[in-house]
Amino acid sequence: MKRRDLDSYKDLNDPVQLAGLKRDSRRENRARNWYKFTRNPLSMVGLITVLTIVVLAVFAPFIAPYPEHVKPFTDFKNASRPPSAEHWFGTDEIGRDILSRVIFGFRFSLMMGLVVLVIVVPIGVLLGLLAGYYQNSWVDSLIMRTTDVFLAVPPLILALAIASILQPNLFNAMLAVCLTWWPWYTRLVYGVTSGLRNEFFVTSAEVTGARLPHILFREILPNCVSPIFTKMSLDMGWVIILGASLSFVGLGVQPPRPGLGTMVSGGTRYLPDQWWISVFPALAIVVLVLGFNLLGDGLRDLFAAEDS
Amino acid sequence: MPEIILTAKGLKKHFVIGHEDLRRKKPITVKAVDGVDFDLVKGETFGLVGESGSGKSTIAYMVAGMYAPSGGELIYKGKSLFDGKKERPLDFKKDIQIVFQDPGSSLNPRRTIAQNLAVPLQIHRPECDITRETIRLLELVDLPQSYLFRYPNSLSGGEKQIVAVARALATDPSLIILDEPTSALDVSVQGKIINLLMRLQKELDLTYLFITHDLSLMRNIATRVAIMYLGKMSEIAPGGEFFSHPRHPYTRMLLSAIPVVSEEEEKLKPEKAVSRGEIPSPVNLPVGCGFNTRCLQAADVCFRDDPKMKIIRPDHLARCHLLEERS
Amino acid sequence: MSDAPLLDIRNLEVDYRVFGGTLHVLDGIDIRVKPGEKIGLVGETGCGKTTAMKSSLGVLPSPPGLISGGEILYRGKNVLNYGQKKMNSIRGREMTMIFQDPMAALNPVFTVGRQFEPVLRHAAGRRLSGSEVREMSIAALKNVALADPERLLDSYPTQLSGGMRQRVCIGMALSTNPKLLIADEPGTALDVTIQAQVLSLLNGLVDDLNTAIILITHSLGVVREMTDRVYVMYAGVIVETAPVRDLFSNPRHPYTRGLMESVPKLSGGGLSSAIMGRIPDYMHPPGGCRFHPRCPNATEECRHLKPALTTVGTDHEVACHLYGGEKNRAESSGKSAPNGASKESPAGGERTQGRNLHA
Repeated sequence: MKRRDLDSYKDLNDPVQLAGLKRDSRRENRARNWYKFTRNPLSMVGLITVLTIVVLAVFAPFIAPYPEHVKPFTDFKNASRPPSAEHWFGTDEIGRDILSRVIFGFRFSLMMGLVVLVIVVPIGVLLGLLAGYYQNSWVDSLIMRTTDVFLAVPPLILALAIASILQPNLFNAMLAVCLTWWPWYTRLVYGVTSGLRNEFFVTSAEVTGARLPHILFREILPNCVSPIFTKMSLDMGWVIILGASLSFVGLGVQPPRPGLGTMVSGGTRYLPDQWWISVFPALAIVVLVLGFNLLGDGLRDLFAAEDS
Repeated sequence: MPEIILTAKGLKKHFVIGHEDLRRKKPITVKAVDGVDFDLVKGETFGLVGESGSGKSTIAYMVAGMYAPSGGELIYKGKSLFDGKKERPLDFKKDIQIVFQDPGSSLNPRRTIAQNLAVPLQIHRPECDITRETIRLLELVDLPQSYLFRYPNSLSGGEKQIVAVARALATDPSLIILDEPTSALDVSVQGKIINLLMRLQKELDLTYLFITHDLSLMRNIATRVAIMYLGKMSEIAPGGEFFSHPRHPYTRMLLSAIPVVSEEEEKLKPEKAVSRGEIPSPVNLPVGCGFNTRCLQAADVCFRDDPKMKIIRPDHLARCHLLEERS
Repeated sequence: MSDAPLLDIRNLEVDYRVFGGTLHVLDGIDIRVKPGEKIGLVGETGCGKTTAMKSSLGVLPSPPGLISGGEILYRGKNVLNYGQKKMNSIRGREMTMIFQDPMAALNPVFTVGRQFEPVLRHAAGRRLSGSEVREMSIAALKNVALADPERLLDSYPTQLSGGMRQRVCIGMALSTNPKLLIADEPGTALDVTIQAQVLSLLNGLVDDLNTAIILITHSLGVVREMTDRVYVMYAGVIVETAPVRDLFSNPRHPYTRGLMESVPKLSGGGLSSAIMGRIPDYMHPPGGCRFHPRCPNATEECRHLKPALTTVGTDHEVACHLYGGEKNRAESSGKSAPNGASKESPAGGERTQGRNLHA
């Protein structure tokens, strides 16, 4: 169905027309945003990269040429083969197909990023909203000084410490990353909120008698969504790198499961002769992180253009 | 007998902006509003005029409930607006609404017009059909219904301000504070909004407290005008008389500074009362009359005592040593 | 007066390239400034007045801005052909500008004195000694009636009031003895009593220095009190130009009239919302006369044919089909008749080129 000109809806007491206007207004906004987003070719590249990787990760068992190579598996006959028609990325030191393992590796990386952000963002955002709204009060001091403490510790070191005290596995690696990551969101949202809390639309809601949850979640939060999404997209890359770094030093995804970081570190022993064992997983990380970064830049441009 | 809906008695607002000493014993205060009395008559447009720093917006914000006064009283329909409680009762919030100066920031840019209009409805009239009510509000202010699900960004500044007016009307208030509603807009748009406001005032029996720096605008719409200078009122008079017989030297200075577009208006300006000096800092108020630093007629007494409000004529008050009180 | 114009903007067209198309912001405007003349450029927000002036100073941000036609002659030479270096030798020396918000024009982290330095050096075109700079800046501040200039030079812009800052900016702009001063809403951010002081000061100074001034403003009142000649702009077009007395006593263009009626009068009588609708979309401006969708007198002709500036009185020109030369249907809407409308415009309806403005 084609979008109608919004001014053609005349009688909104008619529920059908009302619904039509609502739908078409929404479509128009969406079309405008999509148009703006597609103006920047790099953000399109980012979007396509990310989508491709997500599809690969979700349907890994059907796409990977040798899904069984992800489980405990050895094939010494085909060990350490360079890239060829059967094994596009070659095979590793015990004969597993690297392409298949990279595709499955995306799963762990994406999951790592996703789980971390799903936990971190709500916590960080809520604290940021509260601290920003109650600016210059004890709430503000308490929350923001705590975030300062967490931000003062280098994330990788903290994650290493936590992951090494607890069992080295994917779950604990995520936990460690979560602990280091929420303050960034608190900071971000704090900045936006403290700027917005004196805007007239917030004052107007207060003066009319709106309650705190309405002001925080209906008035202020929608204005934080764009920076949050932008940061999330950029952070996916960083969290993935952090996860891969933990895997690289043996504190993340445990063999034989294929973490991209684990694979890179496993292959370093065979460098430079059997370069493909670590180079392809490393490239996979690069592509993944780059994709998310380009997407994030695109989102940022989009939201910036919306405000002007 | 006109019904008085709002009375301010000795209204004061002092802000502490810092301290002179590190131990925070000697506060530096700004006397933004320093003892103001006025009444608001039901159905009138009361113009509160002043330059920046005169305290006019502070009065508006106190009436709207954004700040509590530091002294004095605000009585609305017989009840005090500030009776020591922290939160103002919801009834008052429903009855007194405010429209802000900057149309850009008075609507939430990430929410549609419908959502923006729904905020006061959800709070004060949760039982009504909110969608239908928002449509009615748009009709009331003559905006196309197709704006309902648009975002404020796609509206012009004037249209945004009209939506802000519609939002203020949503609670069915009796007093609306208009804080420079048109000063950020072009004159052609201003005309449209002012005429809309005047129509709504008649239709809905509204009282306006109109804050502005634009005297010529007040000449055209205000029932009564009050001039603020350094946190105090210097002159209050009915609209017509105010402009035909300005009494306070500051009023005369203001009037003569207005750039006008015709000879006819030029004649209405007081004999060249040249503008000079600037408004002093409200932190260090001059001794005596606040206007003595700029007044061309200042006498010795003006540097000694702060003048009292005098009744010059019925309804016409001015605060100046040089004017004769009428007995 | 037959002296050659100082600045002559001829048929200037400016486009902005943006997402989704091109905004035709200026649609062929002509402005002429004689030495020492005081010009007012009036129009509402977004009519292109600032764009026109930025183009003249060679500071139009590009992209998105693009000068797509016309020429800007400064003392008879087209400055659009000048390189950055050549332009720099004029800008800040012979042409200067002051802005609406003096706080934005002054750098808050340097003292006033420090900010005078580069301005004076650029104007002098040579290194100046510290004492020379100080002397010259004190003179400049005295010029704008600022008390205690010595102390002022060592204070920071935030320590000054709005009126004082604008005086400092004026002093700075005029310290180079420019031939042309472009003032973009110089009093708008100030209180009315302060605005009156600043504008009367500015007025006196440009008279003394014989500096030509282009005053960009949306306030008709300010224009009436300060300028000799007014250009009224609407949506990237000059719709009317006349000597100031003439314009205010006898405005011709429906837009000018509407604008004047919209201004709240000290004589009272309510407010007019004479101009209906909103400003056009620059991406798809209305064909013909850009004002026709909002014009109470629009005819079929207005929808298709762009009206050219036509002389309707002494030095009074208007771009409107109501005053179409030989057709001379001027007496169609209320106000007094354009006496002698066609006397000086033998070919009234023709395009703007080759018209004789200051005959």
